[in-house]
Amino acid sequence: MPKTMGIMGKKVGMTRIYSENGSAIPVTAIEAGPCVVLQRKTVANDGYDAIQVGFAGKNEARLNRPAAGHVKPAGKGGFYHIKEFRVENLDQYEVGQEIMIGDLFKVGDLVDVSGVSKGRGFQGVIKRHGFGGGKKTHGSMFHRAPGSIGCSATPSKVVKGKKMPGRMGNDLVTKKNVIIVDVRSEDNVLLVKGCVPGAKQGLLRIFTK
Amino acid sequence: MSIIAQIEKEQMRYDVPDFRSGDTVSVHIRIIEGTKERVQIFKGVVIKRKKGTMDASFTVRKVSHGVGVEKCFALHNPRLEKIEVDSRGKVRRSRLYYLRGLRGKAARIKERGII
Repeated sequence: MPKTMGIMGKKVGMTRIYSENGSAIPVTAIEAGPCVVLQRKTVANDGYDAIQVGFAGKNEARLNRPAAGHVKPAGKGGFYHIKEFRVENLDQYEVGQEIMIGDLFKVGDLVDVSGVSKGRGFQGVIKRHGFGGGKKTHGSMFHRAPGSIGCSATPSKVVKGKKMPGRMGNDLVTKKNVIIVDVRSEDNVLLVKGCVPGAKQGLLRIFTK
Repeated sequence: MSIIAQIEKEQMRYDVPDFRSGDTVSVHIRIIEGTKERVQIFKGVVIKRKKGTMDASFTVRKVSHGVGVEKCFALHNPRLEKIEVDSRGKVRRSRLYYLRGLRGKAARIKERGII
């Protein structure tokens, strides 16, 4: 497991930014942080080093008793999203500490962005796996079907992992080496170049490299 | 204000003159050639204006050496040094695609008095 610090964020949407030389850069705005450290996990206690952080404040009245007890030591209210980051120096972080984008990122950094991709429902092999499909006309009678899925008596079964129609999307997707275009610390907004996985308002994790 | 709207507002430029389809404009474009920068002027008739905030754009058509040339510009592009309105044209539609099929005298546009 790579030891990388990161931050949680919410995808806001896409727009464009003009660079200094006047070329347009497509950017995604991510509302990231502040994240509050809720728990420090140690090798001695939990078998691995990590910090658990909360993102997106939740009204404490909406928490059940176990959840309220869990966030109590941090003293920053409840959270909608709680995730862990496996960090290298656990000593840097203490419970209740707020992690801001300005502490982790600067313009030009490369980051990895993880999110859950948009669900596409049940899809065929052309959309889901990029199969070529058949001719539309000239009496082909073979259009978008998957075709043969294997041999006959040997091996008399369909090989495991055969690409078939099925549910598409709604997977955890990580986009690697995304360039940070701007860090707007005052509104907790990160601008990264290009697109990132998931729908607007979707939860994202941005990892430092 | 939403975050996207705020980012776009910061990027937008507010020195764009008022012009519409049918007007003849000179667009001063800053062009970077190697290390040098120079200004090129593209003069022609505005045949289309696309509305929007950061997405706003316009298309200018001119006939150069007998060949029709159209160039589409993003309205808020900082590479546009300035846009000069040379004359205002009287047209009855917002998209002047019919000019593409016309040549010479037929492609003229009547001038509109400045209001």
